Amino acid sequence: MEKRSSLFHGLPFPTTPVLEPPSCCYSGWRENVDPQKIAFLLRKQWTLYSVTPMYKFSYGNLKEYSRLLSAFVAAEKQKGLAVEVGNDLGIKVTLSTLLGLKGTDQDQVAVLVQIASRSQLPFENAENKVVWSGWFCCISGDDLLESVPEDFTCLSLFLANGAESYTAIVGSWFQKTFDCYFSRLTISPLNLAWMAAMWTGCKVDSHMAATELVFSVPCIPQSLDISYAIHSEDAKALWDTVQKTPGEVTQEEVNLFMDCLYSHFHRHFKIHLSATRLVKVSTSIASAHCDGNIKVLD
Amino acid sequence: MQQRENAKNPKQALQVRRSSLSAWQIGERTAGPKTADLKSAQKHEKGKQQSASDRAGNSTQDHLEQALTYFERVKDYIPLKKNEVLQKHLATVESIALQRGLSPEGLDVLLNVALSGHLADTVNTRILKCLIPASVIAESSVVSAVSWLCVGKCSGSTQLLFLRWLIAMFDFIDHKEKLHALYGFFFCSLQDEKLCPYVCHLLYLLTRRESVKPFRVRRLVDLQAKMGMQPHLQALLSLYKLFCPELVSITLPAKMKTYFKNSESLWKAAINTIRRRNQGTSPTSQQLILGTGHPQSRKRKWNTQLILPACSTDANNPTRSKEINHADILSHSESFPVEQLHTFSQLLQNIHRLEFPSQMGSVLRNSLLLHYINCIKDESIYLRLYYWMGQTLQEECTWYKLDNQQYEEEFKDFLDIVYKTECFLQEGFSSCEEFLYKSLPLWDGFCCRSQILRLVSWIPLSSFSEMKPHLCEPLAQLFFTSSLYFKCSVLESLKELLQNWLNWHVMQLDVESDPKISPLNTTLSGLVNSVAELIHFVGWIATVALHLENNATFLLYFILDFYETQHSCPSLVFICVRIQRALKSLPFVHSFRYRTNLVAAKENELIKKTILQFKFSSQTYQEYNQYIMAMVGCLWTSSAFQKDIHPQGIRLDPEVLKKTRVQEVRNSFNIVHHPALMGYAILFLQQAWPEDKTLNFNLIKGRRWNWYLEYLYVQGLQGLKLFIESSINRVSQVSQTKSGNVQV
Repeated sequence: MEKRSSLFHGLPFPTTPVLEPPSCCYSGWRENVDPQKIAFLLRKQWTLYSVTPMYKFSYGNLKEYSRLLSAFVAAEKQKGLAVEVGNDLGIKVTLSTLLGLKGTDQDQVAVLVQIASRSQLPFENAENKVVWSGWFCCISGDDLLESVPEDFTCLSLFLANGAESYTAIVGSWFQKTFDCYFSRLTISPLNLAWMAAMWTGCKVDSHMAATELVFSVPCIPQSLDISYAIHSEDAKALWDTVQKTPGEVTQEEVNLFMDCLYSHFHRHFKIHLSATRLVKVSTSIASAHCDGNIKVLD
Repeated sequence: MQQRENAKNPKQALQVRRSSLSAWQIGERTAGPKTADLKSAQKHEKGKQQSASDRAGNSTQDHLEQALTYFERVKDYIPLKKNEVLQKHLATVESIALQRGLSPEGLDVLLNVALSGHLADTVNTRILKCLIPASVIAESSVVSAVSWLCVGKCSGSTQLLFLRWLIAMFDFIDHKEKLHALYGFFFCSLQDEKLCPYVCHLLYLLTRRESVKPFRVRRLVDLQAKMGMQPHLQALLSLYKLFCPELVSITLPAKMKTYFKNSESLWKAAINTIRRRNQGTSPTSQQLILGTGHPQSRKRKWNTQLILPACSTDANNPTRSKEINHADILSHSESFPVEQLHTFSQLLQNIHRLEFPSQMGSVLRNSLLLHYINCIKDESIYLRLYYWMGQTLQEECTWYKLDNQQYEEEFKDFLDIVYKTECFLQEGFSSCEEFLYKSLPLWDGFCCRSQILRLVSWIPLSSFSEMKPHLCEPLAQLFFTSSLYFKCSVLESLKELLQNWLNWHVMQLDVESDPKISPLNTTLSGLVNSVAELIHFVGWIATVALHLENNATFLLYFILDFYETQHSCPSLVFICVRIQRALKSLPFVHSFRYRTNLVAAKENELIKKTILQFKFSSQTYQEYNQYIMAMVGCLWTSSAFQKDIHPQGIRLDPEVLKKTRVQEVRNSFNIVHHPALMGYAILFLQQAWPEDKTLNFNLIKGRRWNWYLEYLYVQGLQGLKLFIESSINRVSQVSQTKSGNVQV
């Protein structure tokens, strides 16, 4: 049986669209964390993409990249009009590092990309409003990192929040500049079950929202969704009886946890949830949808 | 301005030009009689005509000379009206220019006069329209013509026409260095609204990386803000972006097709004539290198459409451009943008300063870059391709999608391109291999069938243990349950696979001195084992298929094809197991091809013995000898089905043989009675005994056996000859015994 001692697990790369639980919410924050930036990542709906290793990406050039990307975004927005790089374009793209979001020391430092547009209000001090943001992070296992040669930077998960048109522009620029490839990442029911189990097991002091699982029953012409909500204390109690070693989760335990929930549901409604498809998990920690959207609350 | 006027008119300059003009005339004249001589030698009559036309030619030459001298001496304004001299000379120049083109010296004279403002605009226009070079245009004349623009004596319309002429004739200017020095001057004329489109075009032709300066970028951006989205400005700006993406950014609208007004139209026919005349010597015209990008359908979300990236210079990366600048200082050479690479000769000339495109996937459509990849040993190239292709294949794979109808064509095209690239590079992509391993178990055997099977043929030669569960098993399942046609397609692609492995293996032997090159770091014996496993696998599925398909001839054809490929295989032992099975199960028409196969294998073996590349175990040889003996037994000594020499041997139980109701089983496969050869035997009998209609095959023995053998050789059965001569050591050529002494 597969044992996973760490919650960081590789996004098998380059082709498997399997996602392990989002790493950010579990790592012990390391030094140099900017709490403002981290707070910025919370409570937002992120769309997941997997990214192939970037060629000749350099952390030393983030400023230069910001300038170029700003001009690129501006040029894309006003198709056909040239934009001088470095001018005040009404749109400002900033690339910066996100320290502390590392699973292991070998992991590459996460990178945050933000697009701010100048406020239309005529106030001098009007703050630029962030209209879109996205961040790259590294969730690869150690073995993959070792196999990636020097010229490549492995930031294989990209999370975007904001209009898809911006995602497309920024993504295209990265693809063109660093010869990488973005593809939408979906979350399999198996991984959703993992998330459900692990997030249930986390201790949360404040604001206990119910744990909700959404199942999809494929019917024609319209599919049917079944929502299954459990008090989070109850779910936690169940998980505590299932989990053998604290800090360690096995596939066996996850299966058992889900089976218990299924049989409980069957007892009341005579519906076999195991025959349906798990499409969404939401807990007071975070929520995830099989389409590849996640939201971290706490 | 005073200086310039002086420079225009001094007598000295005139004399220089004069002398060069006469030199040109002499050249023309000496060229004339030579051809005439040749012609007259051939035919006297024609010679007379020729000399007549020659005289006519000389006289037109004189007229042109007079006309040019006339135009050269123009110093003041000359009106056209009622000026017959001017009209006559103008007509002369026009007619000759359109016929033959003008010399560089003639062009110089006419350009000067047309832009000097001494003549009426209509005359200037007529002159400019007939300025057609016979070969090239001297750069100096263009420079002096441009200097007339500075003086401002000619009208706006003449200036405009001159610019159009310059753009149309750009490729015929012999050098362009001094013209590049005038870049700033042309750039300043952008502000003239009428000239602007043409100036933009000219600048577009002249622009190099070093011409792009921040102040020019700013000026162009301002101009665009003032004039709006003019296509000519967009084109120039996007060229600026190509050279210096760190200075300017622009996204061209997808719909745009033409960026510049057509300048060539006035001279189009004439230019084509010159091109034809100068074929090979004049450079090809500079093509527009603007990538407008593929039109992306709006229905699909971002990055969900299969698009091969366009070839564009990798200059976005500031670190890289810095490196380039650094290298510039050292080597004085700048990198060559891939957008400008259009011909093979360009590739050869610039191979040392070529850089790869920003997205490696774009090389799939660019055969020149594929040539370049072949020359460069850089791991990162393949890694970039690997990442991109792996992801693209995974994302676009049709059978993972629910609504796959609309995307299947796209995916097919992509697979075709990948396959073609593999053929071009003579190498399989590992991302393709992984894709096949991952996707074949889920494949229905129908979707993109020919594409998938062709990709199978380029799986790199590696350990078979990985290939077996991922490729062979799913493929075998589909194979057994699918149509005859599918079976044949699979065999065909496995044949190609074997062929590619063997080719690759030969290459490997060549480069073996360099251990770094072997990517798999596998031993030779390991590779041979993989080949053996593949052949065993094919043997297995082929045998089963023969049973399933009732020995369909069509299928046999493909099986035999596979074994023919195998001849170049170093470990021939694998063929043999199959052969003995096939002898039992094959319709006899094909047995002959088998025999030929075996003979070829034998021949191959002889070569191998001398090379001693492979150490075969003595068991291998023993096995091989046994098969040879069995073959000889069938064909020669008429002892088929007698001895069991192999666990799966070819001996058949007498009971079984009796059931076949074939008389004289033992000799039914010898060279007379073998179904594949019986036709020859009948013809032989008919020729030897025309009166005998009974077709008594038993007549062929003793001396006649030898005649028959000779007859077969004459019929072109070289494989048989080789086999018999190498495998059978006959006691005596004249002795008429049927039984040979087997020696192998």
